[in-house]
Amino acid sequence: MSQYTSADYKKGQPRWCPGCGDHFFLSSLHKAMAEIGIAPHDIAVISGIGCSSRLPHYMATYGMNTIHGRAAAIATGCKVANPKLTVWQVSGDGDGLAIGGNHFIHANRRNIDINMILLNNRIYGLTKGQYSPTSPRGFVSKSSPYGTVEDPFRPAELCFGARGHFFARAVATDAPGTVDILKAAQAHKGAAVCEILQNCVIFNNGTHDSVYTKEGRAKNAIYVKHGEPLIFGENQEFGIMQEGFGLKVVKIGENGITRDDILVHDAHCQDNTLQLKLALMGDGDGFPIALGVIRDVEAPTYNDAVEAQIEEVKAKKPYHSFAELLETNDIWEVK
Amino acid sequence: MAESFAPQKQAEETEVVVRFSGDSGDGMQLAGNILSTVSATVGNSISTFPDFPADIRAPQGSLTGVSGFQVHIGSSEVFTPGDQCDVLVAMNAAALKTQLKYAKKNAAIIIDTDAFGPKDLEKAQFKTEDYLGEMGVDPDRVIACSITQMVKDCLSSEPAFMVDGKVDIKGIMKCRNMFALGLVCWLFDRDLDIVSNFLREKFAKKPAIAEANIKVVQAGYDFGHNTHSSVANVRHIETKNKVPGRYMDITGNKATAYGFIAAAEKAGLKLYLGSYPITPATDVLHELSKHKSLGVTTVQCEDEIAGCASSLGASFAGALAVTSTSGPGICLKSEAMNLAVIMELPLVVLDVQRGGPATGLPTKSEQTDLLQALFGRNGESPMPVMAAKSPTDCFNAAYEASKIALEHMTPVVLLTDAYVANGSGAFRLPNLADYPAINPPYVPEEMKGTWTPYMRAENGTRYWAVPGREGFTHILGGLEKDDKTGAISTAPENHDLMTRKRAQKIANIPVPDLEVEGCKDDAELLIVGFGGTYGHLRAATEEMMRSGKKVALAHFRYINPLPANTAEVMKKYPKVVVAEQNMGQLAAWLRMKVDNFVPMQFNQVKGQPFVVEELVNAFTEIYNK
Repeated sequence: MSQYTSADYKKGQPRWCPGCGDHFFLSSLHKAMAEIGIAPHDIAVISGIGCSSRLPHYMATYGMNTIHGRAAAIATGCKVANPKLTVWQVSGDGDGLAIGGNHFIHANRRNIDINMILLNNRIYGLTKGQYSPTSPRGFVSKSSPYGTVEDPFRPAELCFGARGHFFARAVATDAPGTVDILKAAQAHKGAAVCEILQNCVIFNNGTHDSVYTKEGRAKNAIYVKHGEPLIFGENQEFGIMQEGFGLKVVKIGENGITRDDILVHDAHCQDNTLQLKLALMGDGDGFPIALGVIRDVEAPTYNDAVEAQIEEVKAKKPYHSFAELLETNDIWEVK
Repeated sequence: MAESFAPQKQAEETEVVVRFSGDSGDGMQLAGNILSTVSATVGNSISTFPDFPADIRAPQGSLTGVSGFQVHIGSSEVFTPGDQCDVLVAMNAAALKTQLKYAKKNAAIIIDTDAFGPKDLEKAQFKTEDYLGEMGVDPDRVIACSITQMVKDCLSSEPAFMVDGKVDIKGIMKCRNMFALGLVCWLFDRDLDIVSNFLREKFAKKPAIAEANIKVVQAGYDFGHNTHSSVANVRHIETKNKVPGRYMDITGNKATAYGFIAAAEKAGLKLYLGSYPITPATDVLHELSKHKSLGVTTVQCEDEIAGCASSLGASFAGALAVTSTSGPGICLKSEAMNLAVIMELPLVVLDVQRGGPATGLPTKSEQTDLLQALFGRNGESPMPVMAAKSPTDCFNAAYEASKIALEHMTPVVLLTDAYVANGSGAFRLPNLADYPAINPPYVPEEMKGTWTPYMRAENGTRYWAVPGREGFTHILGGLEKDDKTGAISTAPENHDLMTRKRAQKIANIPVPDLEVEGCKDDAELLIVGFGGTYGHLRAATEEMMRSGKKVALAHFRYINPLPANTAEVMKKYPKVVVAEQNMGQLAAWLRMKVDNFVPMQFNQVKGQPFVVEELVNAFTEIYNK
């Protein structure tokens, strides 16, 4: 049992708009940290810039609210230099995937042991309503009055494309679902991307409406769990099966289909093909949106490898101080 | 070294400049390195300068593919690699074509006649077969040898060069540089035993290759002996004014890396380097990434931005954090450097300056990033700026930059340049025990419960609370913070106060007074410079003093904050000339900082080191005006 409660991680009074998804997420993060039980002074929460990047100010941990897009890079240095720290990186969709896209993919590729929170409201909120790299094609915003003419990133695709080993998704208003994936992210050694679907009440209200309420999720989402069949629906009446190169939704009991025919989720599978298919479901395609831990595969972390290499070289090389380093050169003496 | 400033050049003082040139793959750098090491070993003073082509490897024999390495050897201290050489080694036609301009009028020229065939001459754009005539070279100055053929004869029966029953001509050709080296060793009476030892150590894992190279060096030496090859004036270089001690040859980039390692050890911190490859700074990344047995952590990042940003993260986490780059990288790092300013975290930003703007002249040297270092950020963003004055001075400069960053909780820009970074000098092995302690202002344990992030020590420095310490959790960030609580604040008075406090903190950093060298009491002309031009400016100052002119030199290593006596020195002398490899950036800074001060300027932006003779001419004109 953890010796901490949510209150031990809380600080200050959040200034987000009333109803903003960030409030819900913050509360879940406090709760998850309390359940995980790592001391607040051993945690660093590092964000970039944007509405959601204000989050470290409401944490009683160490933290930095840095500059736009650079949170993943700063978190990388923090973790590699001081691997004892537990590092949470918090970004919005603009911070993490537009200006910070390069750092996002490389943190995943290197597999830095940090928890990467992506608060996705598909809009730039702090600058008051421009389309973001996750806004759908045709999205009308202040900077796209006639609709955007570009396709959005799908975060899971970017994470998987960068050889990410962990991807999970939750809806901000779903506290138990959020706490679950945050704990799973912490348990995973390596870069752990958590996409949080959250609403911007002012500039993009309703963007995740189909899954924002419990009722909506019952209809339109599927909670995926490793080792369990992919079953969903208000009465657990639907399931997901493989068909050719793709997936299909089936009704259990129809056409002779039983629960045993339903695809069983494997988050630990190295091959991410089916995990990606799950992650991309639910964009008005008749599939439910997948929530929970979609991919969770063990792999060596960068920071562990850095430390191990240092230890290995220390054991091999004969010099361990600056004075000894000098002696490794061609030296002559002038008398 | 100001104490040893010797205006009178003694008659027996001797010095020579040797320039090796050839294709990028001809091993000119190695030949030059061995000559300088051998000379330094017997106590001569040395200064070297490699001149690389920008191309990775231009077509063989082409004009753009020529690489040079210049070595200046002196009986007493030498400050530059020399304006022009006394001996030019040209391994092919293209080398002769492009490098002759670096040779003195009476210089001896060693050529490999086998590399001056019709094809070679065509590639080097000679019009006739009389290449010497075309270049206006007196054949009496030329030591013409059939190097390629002699090296082939020397090695074709060596078992080391037999591959599958065939003679490995390519491998043999790699030893041509050693023949030239051997010949130069003959000319200047260098001890071949030292050369042999050097080669045996360098090729310790391939003893047969070492012996083959030694054989070729000996052949070159014997060729000189047998043909009575000679050069005008100099044969033996005496050793004078030597400072006893143990020495090594070190380039500026290596010395910089060593300075960071030394500072981290002294401060008891992990050294973290976040970097991205960029010419001419990459050797610092190479060097530091070798020394994992000292616990050095290097991260080759996805871009320059992450190089700086990850270093700042490492700094927050409690490391001595360094990011290394050149000017184009500074452009990208500037936002994270600025974040370091407002978060008041230690960070050293190394800028090995090169020719700009944009990609500019990547392998060439300039001092054009000074104003960028001082001002190239948004907002009021004061930052200490230092500049190293020679390859060996890079060590102390890196140590001092680290000390300032850690003790004053600030990013520091350390400027070197391609010339200083790639050049080398004899480095007297430092004893870390003699160096000043580095004491970061860790927040005292008794402040637990009352501490807030922007509380300051007496000198205005914020305390450092490294994550992991209980009772000191806090949030830093790029938004302005309240002076007292550390919470985000946009209050007008607070921002004004914090801006002033950040500026005052930098202004409070103690730096040593500016030294004046030469005729410090009665100079008619004060020569002023900064950073990597020190050697040339000092040589020019000495030269003018030898001809009876009253001149002095004031050379800046600390540029922000400026030494306290800056205004006093600048206004003490009737004439002042600021000489720099840019269009007047230090002059502009001094004019900003010293009331009613309008110096004369000498500016050159050629990507090449100053030429002492040109400096002397320009300064003499100013002097006589």
